[in-house]
Amino acid sequence: MLGYLLHRLALAVVVLFGLAVATFLIMHLVPGDPVQQTLGSRATPESIAFAREQLGLDDSLLAQFWAFVSNAVTGDLGYSLTLNAPVAEVVGQRVEPSALLIGYALLVSVVVGIPLAVIAAWRPNGVVDHAIRLLTTFAFAMPAFWVGLMLALVFGLGLKWFPVSGYETGIGGMLRTLTLPAITLGLTLSTIVARTLRSSLIEVLKSEYVEAATSRGLSPRRVMVKHAMRNAIMPTLTVLSVNLGLLIGYSIVVEAVFQIPGLGSLLLQSVQRRDYEIVQAIALIAGTAVVAISLATDLVQASIDPRVRLGR
Amino acid sequence: MSAAAVTPTPAPARRRPRLGRLLLLRGQPRTVQVGATIVGALVLAAIFAPLLAPYDQNELDFSNLLAAPSPDHLFGTDDSGRDVFSRTLYGLRIDLAIVFFVTYAALPIGVVAGAVAGYFGGWVDAVISRIVDVMLAFPFIVLVIAIVAITGPGVKGVLIGVPLVGWALYARLARSEMLVMREQPFMLATTALGYSRRRAILRHAVPNLIRTSLIYSTLDLVVNLMLLASVSYLGLGAQPPNAELGSVIAQGQANLLDAWWVATLPGLVLVAFGVGVGLVGDGLSDGKLLRRGARA
Repeated sequence: MLGYLLHRLALAVVVLFGLAVATFLIMHLVPGDPVQQTLGSRATPESIAFAREQLGLDDSLLAQFWAFVSNAVTGDLGYSLTLNAPVAEVVGQRVEPSALLIGYALLVSVVVGIPLAVIAAWRPNGVVDHAIRLLTTFAFAMPAFWVGLMLALVFGLGLKWFPVSGYETGIGGMLRTLTLPAITLGLTLSTIVARTLRSSLIEVLKSEYVEAATSRGLSPRRVMVKHAMRNAIMPTLTVLSVNLGLLIGYSIVVEAVFQIPGLGSLLLQSVQRRDYEIVQAIALIAGTAVVAISLATDLVQASIDPRVRLGR
Repeated sequence: MSAAAVTPTPAPARRRPRLGRLLLLRGQPRTVQVGATIVGALVLAAIFAPLLAPYDQNELDFSNLLAAPSPDHLFGTDDSGRDVFSRTLYGLRIDLAIVFFVTYAALPIGVVAGAVAGYFGGWVDAVISRIVDVMLAFPFIVLVIAIVAITGPGVKGVLIGVPLVGWALYARLARSEMLVMREQPFMLATTALGYSRRRAILRHAVPNLIRTSLIYSTLDLVVNLMLLASVSYLGLGAQPPNAELGSVIAQGQANLLDAWWVATLPGLVLVAFGVGVGLVGDGLSDGKLLRRGARA
C-alpha cells in the first residue's frame, strides 16, 4: 500500500507542476500590458513602473515562474490591482458558496442516480429500463444554464417555491437558495451515475457469487444492496471523480444563472476587469481541486480493493 | 534474425457498413434511425439557414416586441422584435460549424498521440501520458474562460481551448487500446516485415484505433456543444448582434416570465440535437458510451 501511495503521490505532484506551468504560460502569453490595462489611460509612467516593479513583471520569465510557484505553495496567490487586495483574501471570501454548491450537487447526483440505476438494473431491457435510458439521454442533452432557467421559471417565478437568485448563509438559507442551482448542476452527473452504475450492476448480478447468495435464499433486495452494490459501485466512484472537473467547471455557469457570489462569478468578473492575477489563481485552484480529488478517490479505492493497488 | 519465421496473419475481417447503407440507415437499430433523422434534419436546417429563415436574424421590429409564438413568428420575437426562429437557425449554423470543427480537429491528433504513446511505451509514453493528465485536470470551462480572458470575447476562445484539451481524451482512449494491439500478430508482423514505425503506426494501428474514438466523439460533440452554448450564454462567445444559441437564450432570461419562449424554444433545439446525437452513439455502441464517463 505504501508503495502505491508514494507512486500515486509522485504522479499527482508531477501533474500539479504541469498545471502550474500551463496556467502560468497561458496567463503570460497575454498580448498587451496587464498593468496598463488595469490602471487605465490616466496612469503615469511612474505609477506603471511602480506597479510593474511590485508585481515583478520586469524579471525574466523563469524568475517570474519561480516566484509564482514558490508563492503559491505558501498560499500567496499574488495581488489584485483592480481590487487592491491580496488574491488569496479575495478568493477566500468566495470559496464557501461554490464549495457548498458543488457538494450539494454531488449529493443530488448520487441521490438521484443510484436509485435510477438500481431500478433500471432490476429488469434489464424491461420497459422501466428503457424509460430510464430515454430519460437520461434527454437529461444529458440539456445544457446546464438552460435547465437552470427552466427550473427558475417553473419553481421560482411560477410556483414561487424558491428564490431565483442570490445566496444566503445558514442551513435554511442554503436550502432555499442553493436547491435549484444544485439540481441544475447535479442533473448531468446523475445521468452519468445512473448509466455507469446500471451497467456495472447488470454485469455483477451475473456473477457466481451473486448466484450463490441468491441460492442461499437471500432476498433479491438484500442481494442487490448488500452484495452486488459493493462491487458495482467501484466504477461509479471512478466516473464520479473523473467528472468532478465537469461539475466544478459548470458551477461557474450555474453561479451565473442564479447569481451566486462564488468563485465562478468572481472568475467572470475578473475576466471582464482583466484581472489576470485572479483568473490565474482560480484556474490553479480548480485544477488543484481536480487533482486532489482524483488522488483521494484512487487511494480510497486502493484501500477498499487490493486489486487496484496490486494490478496497476 | 529471420523475418520469415513469422507468418503474417491477416487482421480479422470486420464487417463494415458501406457508406450508402449507412446513409439509408437500413438494418440499423431503431434508436440510430431516429437519432440520425433528428441530427440530419438539424444539420440541413443549419446549412440552409439563409434559405429557411423567414426574417433577417438582426431585423428589428419595434412594433412587435416580445410577440408570442404564432404562424408569423414560429418562436415568437425577442425584446427588440427580432424573430427568434431566424436567430435560432443562424445560431445553430454557427454553433454546429464550430462544434464539428473543434471535435474533429482534436480527434486525429489525439489518436496519433495515443498510438505513439502506446506503441513506444517507456519515456515517450510517460511524457505523453503526463501531458494528457495535466490537460484533463483542467476543468474545461475554466481553461476556455482563461483563454477568453486573453483573446477577448469571441468564438476564438472555444476554437483554441477545446482542441487544446480535447485531443487528450482521444489520446487516452487510443493509448489503452494500442497497448493491447501492439502485441497482436498483425502488428508484430509489421516489425517482422521491416516496415517503418511510422508506417506501422499510421497505416496499420491508427485505422484500427480510430473506431472507438469515432464512437466516443458522438458524446464529445454533445459535450462540446453544451460548452460552446454555455460560453456564449456567459457573454464570452460570438459578439452581438450575431446570434449564437447560448446568447439568444441569455437574452430571454430578462423576460423569462413575460416571454418564456425566447429562452425556452432555442434551448429545445439544443436538447433535440443532443438527444439525436446521443441516440446515434447509444445505438452504435450498444449503450456502452456513457460508461466511459464524459471525461474519462
